[in-house]
Order: sequence, then C-alpha cells, then structure tokens
Amino acid sequence: MTDKYDAIVVGGGHNGLVCSALLAKTGKSVLVLEANDQVGGAAITREFADGFSVSACAHLLYQLQPSVRKDLKLKPQLVAEDMTTIALDEDGEHVRLSGNSVTGVSDDDASSYRAFHKRMVRFAGLLNTYFNKAPPRLGPMDISNLILLGRLGLDVRLLGKKEMQEFLRLIFMNINDEVVERFENPLLKGAVSLDAVLGTHLGPRSPNTIMTYLYRLAGDGGRVALPAGGMGTVSDELAQVARSAGVTIRTGMPVKRIIVDNGRVAGVETESGERFDSMTVVSNADPKRTLLDLVGAQHIEARFTHRISQIRMRGNAAKLHLALDGLPTIAGLTQDDFAERLVIAPDEHYVERAFNPAKYGQSSPEPVVEMTFPSCRDASLAPSGKHVMSAIVQYAPYALKGGWTDAARREFEAATIRVIERYAPDIAKRITASELLTPADIESEFHITGGHWHHGELTMDQLMFVRPVSGAAQYRMPVDGLYLCGAGAHPGGGVSGAAGRNAARAILGREQAA
Amino acid sequence: MSVRQVPLGRLRTPFYERMVKLDTLNTWHEWKGYSTPDALYCAETEYFAIRNATAVFDLTPMTKYRITGPDSLAYLNRLVTRDMAKVKPGRVAYAVWCDDLGQVLDDGTIFHLREGEYRLCSQERHYDWLITSAFGFDVTVTEETADIAGLAVQGPTSYSVLSAMGLDGLGELKVFGLMHFDFEGTELMVSRTGFTGDLGYELWITPDKAEALWDALFAAGQIFGIRAIGVHALEMSRVEAGYLAAYQDFLPAKATVRNGRTRSPLELGLEWLVDFKKPNFNGRRALAEEKRRGSTWRLVKLDIEGNKAAHHSYIYEKSKNNRKEIGFITSAVWSPICKQNVAIGTVKMPHGAAGSTVWVEIYYQREMHWNRAMAKAVVVDKPFWFPPRRSATPPGPY
Repeated sequence: MTDKYDAIVVGGGHNGLVCSALLAKTGKSVLVLEANDQVGGAAITREFADGFSVSACAHLLYQLQPSVRKDLKLKPQLVAEDMTTIALDEDGEHVRLSGNSVTGVSDDDASSYRAFHKRMVRFAGLLNTYFNKAPPRLGPMDISNLILLGRLGLDVRLLGKKEMQEFLRLIFMNINDEVVERFENPLLKGAVSLDAVLGTHLGPRSPNTIMTYLYRLAGDGGRVALPAGGMGTVSDELAQVARSAGVTIRTGMPVKRIIVDNGRVAGVETESGERFDSMTVVSNADPKRTLLDLVGAQHIEARFTHRISQIRMRGNAAKLHLALDGLPTIAGLTQDDFAERLVIAPDEHYVERAFNPAKYGQSSPEPVVEMTFPSCRDASLAPSGKHVMSAIVQYAPYALKGGWTDAARREFEAATIRVIERYAPDIAKRITASELLTPADIESEFHITGGHWHHGELTMDQLMFVRPVSGAAQYRMPVDGLYLCGAGAHPGGGVSGAAGRNAARAILGREQAA
Repeated sequence: MSVRQVPLGRLRTPFYERMVKLDTLNTWHEWKGYSTPDALYCAETEYFAIRNATAVFDLTPMTKYRITGPDSLAYLNRLVTRDMAKVKPGRVAYAVWCDDLGQVLDDGTIFHLREGEYRLCSQERHYDWLITSAFGFDVTVTEETADIAGLAVQGPTSYSVLSAMGLDGLGELKVFGLMHFDFEGTELMVSRTGFTGDLGYELWITPDKAEALWDALFAAGQIFGIRAIGVHALEMSRVEAGYLAAYQDFLPAKATVRNGRTRSPLELGLEWLVDFKKPNFNGRRALAEEKRRGSTWRLVKLDIEGNKAAHHSYIYEKSKNNRKEIGFITSAVWSPICKQNVAIGTVKMPHGAAGSTVWVEIYYQREMHWNRAMAKAVVVDKPFWFPPRRSATPPGPY
C-alpha cells in the first residue's frame, strides 16, 4: 500500500516549503519529505551548547523576495532590518558601511562609495527582476520566450548607453580591479571584497566576483536583516503556512531514490523503505544529489550527466559558533555595535591571501571572518547576560588535503580565534563552548554536495540560462515530472524563496499548457 | 616516465607482410591510421571471391573497446538503443548509439564475450564518449584496437575452409553467435558476423599469432578458392547487403557542424534497433519526441533501371518538371550478383515509402562529354542480396 500525492517535494528547505505551499494553495495534495528532524534545511536555528542557540548555517537574511512574502502572506519577525557593516580595524579606526554611506574614510572614498553603491544597486535591481521569473530559453522560438528574452535585452539597453556599457563590462569582472580603481581606504576595499566572495570558492581577483557581489545586493539592495529567534523562525513560519495550505510535512524521512519508470518519475522511496507515489517530484536537493544520487545516471542522458557532474560547487566557507559568557571588548566599539555585522578583512590583499591556500586544498592560516552577535538583539538565543557569536569563516576548502580530521579542525578554529583576538583580545577567555561546521559537516548535516550552500557557484557560467546547466534552466529536468526547486536552480542561493516560487509557477504553468 | 614509441607514418597491421606478398597493384590507402589495400589484384575478381568462394579481409583497424565490470550491461543498455539484456553471452548484436538529442554517433557490433564482458567494435573512435557515458557506472572501458588482430573470412566456402582448418563444432554456430577455440595455445574467437551479407565469419586473435593464423587459413583454403581482398570489393558487397557506412550513408553526429546534417536511427531505417520498452537509453527522450512528430529524413534502398551506377545522384519525385530534389544517393553500385543497379540514398519524408517509385538523375561521361539520364527507381525494403546460406545452420559445405 502506497500513498499517492499530486506532488512530492524532496527536502524541506525554505525553497521546498515555499514551493509546496504554493502548489498546495491550488488544491493539490503535496507531501514534503525532510531528511532531518527539523524542516528548514540550512535555514534552521539550533542549540549548539546548553542554552545557546544559533542559526546553524545561513545566519543573515538578505533577500527574502517580496514576491514570496506577498504570495504566502509572510510576516517574518525581524530584530534588525538594515544592519550596519563594521569593517574592523586593529587600532579601533573602524569603517562603517550602511546603505550608500560609509564613515571612517576620506570624503573622496565616501563619495566614490556612494556612486559605486548606487550603480551596483541599480544593476542588482535589474537582475532581481529576472530572479523572479524562470529564465528565458535560448533555443525555442515560441513567442513568450522571445518576449522575455527581448525584455531582458531592452531592460539592459534602457539603463542608458553609458550604464549599459558599464553593466556589460562589470558583470564579468573581478571585484579587486573595481575596488582598487575606486577606493583608497584598505578597510573599505577589504569589506567590499569580502562581500563579493562570501560563501564562494573565489578570491577577489577571481573573475565573476562582481557578479557575486551583485547577487548579494539583488534581494533587498544589500540590506541585511536578522530574524528573531534565528533563521529557523523563517522556516517555521514557512512550514506553518505550508501546513495550513494543506501540505503534509514528514521529517526524519531521508529519500533514498526518486523512482523513474519509463522516462518519467513515479514517486520516491525513502531510506526506511517506504514508497510514495506521485507523477510530480520536486527536488529541493542540489542538482548533483538530485540527478546523480537520487535519480541515477542510467535514467538521464550521458552528456547531461556529464554537465551535472561538472557543476562547480566546492564549499569553502565554514561556520563558527561560540558560546560566550559575555561580550568581548573591541577597541572603538560600543556595546550596541556588537549588534551589527562585523567583518575582518583589513585590506583587499588580505582577502586574496586568505584564498590562496584554498586553491591548493589548504585552509587559511589567516581567515576572513564575518561575525554577528545575534544575542545582542535577541535575548532568546543565550542565557541571560551571556552571548552567542555566529561567524562565517573563510577559507576552509571542502576537499581539504588530508581531510577534515580533528587536528585540522582544531587548527582552523585556533587560526580563526587568533585572527579575532587581534581585535578582541579577550575573546578566548569568554568562550565556554564552540562549534565549527566545515563544508564537510555542512554536506553531511544539510545534505548539500560539497557543502556549498548556494548549491553551485554563482558565476556567469552557472547563472540564469545555464543554472544549474544548459538544458535544465527552467526548473524542469530531463525526466518527465521531475523539477528542481532549490538553490541549484535559478536564481541561486540565499534565503530568498525565489527558486521555490519560480519552480511552483513552472509546474503550474506547465499543467495549464498541457 | 616511459614514453611509448609510436612509428611515424601509417601503421602496419599484423597481416601486412602477408598481404604485401600477395599484392600486385600497390594501391593502398589510410584507414584509421593503418595502411589498408584498395585491392590486391583486381577488385572485381576479389568481389567474386566473396560471392563464390572465400574472401579474407584484414579488419584489424576496426576500433575495438573492451567493456567490463559489474555494471557493464546497465552501461551498454544506457549507451545503445537496443535491449542488451537480450544479448546473452556468446552472442553478438548490431547496435547504434546516439547523443543526447537522439542523433546517431555511430553503429557497430557488440560481442558478449563472456558473462558481463563485452567488446564494442566500430568504424569510428569513441573513447571520449564511452568514458563520458561511464559516469555513474562501475565499468572499465579499455581501448584494444591494436591488441586484437581481426580477419573477416566471408563467402560460401568459408565454413568449409574453417572446418578444414580444424575448427570443430563451428557448424553449430548461428548467425550473430560467437565461439572460442584454441589456436596453437592461444584463444581464437570466431564470430558468425560480417559486412558482406553472405555466409561468413570474423576471426579475432592476439597479434603474435596473426601470421600463423593467416598461414593456417590459406593452407586450408587453397582448394576452396580462398583470396585476400581489399576495401573496394568489400564495399560492393556491403551495398548489396544494404549495410550502412559511416561518413557515407550518415555522418556521425559529432562530425557535423551544420544543423540538420545528423541522422536519427529512425531516419536510417534502424527503428527495429530502438527499443522504447527497455530501460532508459541515451537519446530516448528525443527519439520518442521524433516518433510523435515524425522524422525529417528516410533512408531508402533503391533498385534503379539501367546499368549506370547512380553515384552522388539527386533523387526526384517525378521524371521531369520537378521543382526541387527530394533527396540524394549516398552509396551506389552495379551489383554483379543481382544483375541490378542498386543504391542507398536518403530522401525527405514522406517520400520513399517501400514500393514507391522515384527518379534518379544520373550523370555519366562519354568521350569527355557529360550525359544526363533520368532513371526510374523502386524503393525496396529488403537487402538486395540476402541468400539463404547466410543464415543456414549448419552451413552447407561447398
């Protein structure tokens, strides 16, 4: 006896939940199967030490799409909506970035940054329009596709000749060339460089890092928000919306395989041997896991398999969580400043140097760090008077030479603490517990191949028409009834819900067309 | 690091010295890096060895891959369009394989040597495609072209020759079967396959025993009219048999640049090789779509009036007042054994249904001047030459 559903969503990450809710709202019976005991995928809040909780993977909300909020009537509880970024200086001469203003730099830099930020937000806004649509296909000549393709060209042209040239010049470039040309303050150069490479296997001199910078700005003009109770509350709200729309969510149900029969999906089988039937399977898992592990190469074409296997998704960012018995002291920072986003990237070379060892499978001895102390804004995360730190630390290559042994983990954690100590000399004394999640841990805990939380590098060769690969950029995979709704699909990662929403629309649109 | 020495210029097959001894014409050409004869004394005489006695053709340059491993069957089933589960050990299958878009990359034969151990034999090289296709399968693909010497032994007396050579039990071997024999302490594989459409076998052995095999074969075959042949004679017989040749009757999809120059198996008359009921195979989605929508091209075998071979001719719908051609000839030959002017061609759908009539525009030269004839042609659906002896088991002695 098997249960039959109109659609099965493999993986209850935020995109899977968005997709399932939108499908269920049209009256479909939808089942979400989540491997972990908690929905949310990489967007969860988790206790890592007694009384200390933290957003386990994604910790800042950049771009939850307004379209998703509107369609699902979401009202995420935010404790901060527009955090300031503080680029830390060892002597306390910090640089603060907020919107298009930057303080602690020369007037020249401040006005350069204003112009730079304005332009970048404009370009990012253009991209964001297309993040809310399935990308046009380059092959078929049907009219709606041509209109969409034409719109894209027109929108780029409507930037004006000068800005269009600038857009086309910049999107392939690296961020280093741009910051070196525009700014003189090393902290400013470092902070912008870090924003361009956070979460990627790229250094600031790698091509495409302006594109990754634009991606970061695309959601909400670069505004950084912090959800109350950690990222898990966003997922919990999504799960609640999904349930009330009629979605059945089952946790602790890892899917073993997607059943393919005669070229089309027939359902899924879980690790526990249960089988669920459906003619529509939507995968929130990354493209490699979905197609190579869950479907299997024998069910897909050889060249397509090859393309999927070559997707670049080597995670290089680690998460470090610290339980602290009190806030550390950093010269030049007030208590309130700890509620902002603190970055350690003293100059643009520092960021590139941190990346250098990662190219050869080694972790950075002097990593770049993005730190938050969410307990400053949200007392629920730590016992009274105590604090948590949630940091993204780079670079920690997924395929570390020699593997992520206990010694290697200790070494990387110690290197990170040493770097933080330069700014917060008393940090080590404050630590009562810590947790390091390397990309290898992120892979095993969140089931993301390579531990790359964008499900694939956000570079031009893996974006828009070719995300995840050419021939599969419209959420529909080359197995009938199989769809991709996660970060591996257009537009990409971040807690935005765009991929989930676009996938749901692709599925529903296809049914209308049929 | 050791560097493998590779001879400059054309390679010589292990049978080269033996062929040179018989050669009277010295007309050789290159075939996949090897020297191979057009003919050794006279293409027509050699052709009649195929049809009336025994012809020996050196097919060592044929590309060969060994495919082994626990997933070899699943791998081959994903690679080719026919159901390889039905090809048991000791059997050989003619097969075709496609790219993701269902366009033919090549055709060839797959020998199921032993349980789970296969040899794929084709005209073209495919190593990159085979290893690309291997992702996700536990298989090993080994290129073994130079490690195996091959001889085609074809013709009505071929069974008698091989029996005289001491291959006992060969009579039981059915068409598309293979057997292993001992030859001077070395394994000799014999398959009842060929490219002539006649009774015939192919012999496969390691190169060190190649000359000994050749000598034994010619010693046994003398009274049965055995002759070594070149490519021209083989080409005549393969057109009569209706077999396709890559780069002639179709272009391997990877060799094309322009749109529409590839062919699907359905467009090559190979629909019988495409099994939509078996597990997924490469190109399946595209071919299912083509089947729904209809194909663009159709391969036709033509029986043409007159005796002027229709090389490179255009095919028309009518004898005159045609606005445009409907196709073209890809292979043509005057068939001595059928006494027919035969050809293989390709026409646009829906033209070329079996039994229909088309017109072929033949140009020929008479004392420098060109003449043009419109010849009537009938589309036939059977090979031109398909004698009962080809498949009789046991084959009759001659």
